[in-house]
Amino acid sequence: MKHWTLHLALIAVLFSAQYWLSPYHATNLARIMVLAVFAMGYNLAFGYTGLLSLGHALLLSAGMYAAGLPAQLWGWSAGPAFIAGIVGGGLVAATLGLLALRTAGVSFMIVTLMFAQAGYLTLLYFAPVTGGDDGFALAPASRTLMGIDLSTDTPRFLTALAIFATGLLLSLALVRSFFGRTMVAMRENEERSRMLGYNPFTVKLAALTLSGLYAGAAGAAYAILFGYVGASFATIQYSILPMLYVLMGGAGTTLGPFLGALVMFALIEAATGLTTAHQFIVGAALVVLVLFAPKGVLGTIRERWVRWLP
Amino acid sequence: MALEVRGLTAGYGPVTVLRGVDFRAEAGQITCLMGRNGVGKSSFLKALMGLLPATAGTIALDGTPLHGLPAHEIPRHGLAYVPQGRRLFGPLTVAENLAVGGLVHGNDTATLAQVLTLFPRLRERLDQTAGTLSGGEQQMLAIARALCLRPRVLLLDEPTEGLQPSMIALIQEAILSLKAGGVAVVLVEQRVDAVLKLADRVAFMVAGQVAETMPVKGLTVDAEVFRTYVGV
Repeated sequence: MKHWTLHLALIAVLFSAQYWLSPYHATNLARIMVLAVFAMGYNLAFGYTGLLSLGHALLLSAGMYAAGLPAQLWGWSAGPAFIAGIVGGGLVAATLGLLALRTAGVSFMIVTLMFAQAGYLTLLYFAPVTGGDDGFALAPASRTLMGIDLSTDTPRFLTALAIFATGLLLSLALVRSFFGRTMVAMRENEERSRMLGYNPFTVKLAALTLSGLYAGAAGAAYAILFGYVGASFATIQYSILPMLYVLMGGAGTTLGPFLGALVMFALIEAATGLTTAHQFIVGAALVVLVLFAPKGVLGTIRERWVRWLP
Repeated sequence: MALEVRGLTAGYGPVTVLRGVDFRAEAGQITCLMGRNGVGKSSFLKALMGLLPATAGTIALDGTPLHGLPAHEIPRHGLAYVPQGRRLFGPLTVAENLAVGGLVHGNDTATLAQVLTLFPRLRERLDQTAGTLSGGEQQMLAIARALCLRPRVLLLDEPTEGLQPSMIALIQEAILSLKAGGVAVVLVEQRVDAVLKLADRVAFMVAGQVAETMPVKGLTVDAEVFRTYVGV
């Protein structure tokens, strides 16, 4: 019960943020919530199942383009476009998994990176359709849901919160389910899991596909709420970012992805205001994290003080 | 019911470790595997579970061939394995470890109740994470988790290694209970006193083969056969 209370309390605090944050910061928080959904998906694969992927930019951009292209080309509205984005992310993840999960460890990381780069180059190659690096802006008509304009501050914030809350509560339910325990078992000892009758390939494929559904949802939400679709979201930077969010917040914790996204976003914002070498400050913060809290903020808190933290 | 192994050959890459092992384990009996370090005892258990691919030979349980099956399908046929070093899922609780172990039979409560009756100490630790248990409790959990598979054959690789005497006694009692319940237990054990106390038969391995199998009844701690094959 306390798990659900904690997560609902966070959602309530975020809901209240629209009343006490400036529109600028509320928009940033909406962006953070969408990126946190992406990181939640990464966390299911990496934090819970032990799949260290460098290909999640492919899944994010799959969701983004699966939502954005029908909206751009055929005038789909936000609802169908969002569903198409989720499905797109899941399908690409399943396909990626069928191929990449034949490898493991460092090889898996390299193969996923290779596919993500191939995806990025494909987006650039078909620039007349995809917009390439410049991308394209979604028409206002594609950013409405049941007559509500999602490009305005409050609807955008509330939609981002709704997607975030759904993703968060689903991830909590998932990791507390039997399948969630199976994912952890796979992460801890694949051979031992096999000895208990689990097929590692099936479990990992399911976890990666779930991860892709989250990444697809995040990509589609980003396209619809912020009105931009571009190949820059398929670059390696967007494969590394969710990893950093998860490592910062705590891999294998349900709230870690949000906390990591929030801290990293704030850190980059603050560092950008101080110096053009802001990446140096972010790097130094990560070094400090690795030295003093190698399991991430919430991972360390769970290990030392709050053992029930999911 | 019997586990029947004939001519099992397996190894690690180009290195052949098992060289045509013939072995048999009967229901309701404890068969010990003994031998010096490196003769292939643990590798034999791994090969039975499909973790070490066999290049020749057959493995059959009640006539059902198991050789060539993917490792994850073998537990479904009634084999369970507790490897050396326990290998629990440390971050999961005792209850969660048992639940993960009970996949094959859908986590039926009757099996779980039986397992907890066998290891009452685990009942008191259900919400404790496995990584924080004592060595003896971890071993109990490793065996309990394997028992959630309701095995017909239980493979144990040195289950009492490094444990204090009181824990060893508890685990040995549990193994004898399993035998009484009709499970065929295959036990890799280095200690002669434990073999004499638990086993019905002992198979001595030398250089990747079973050199000799004999009943334990009548053997003593200072029997020549232990000096020959185990060096004690």
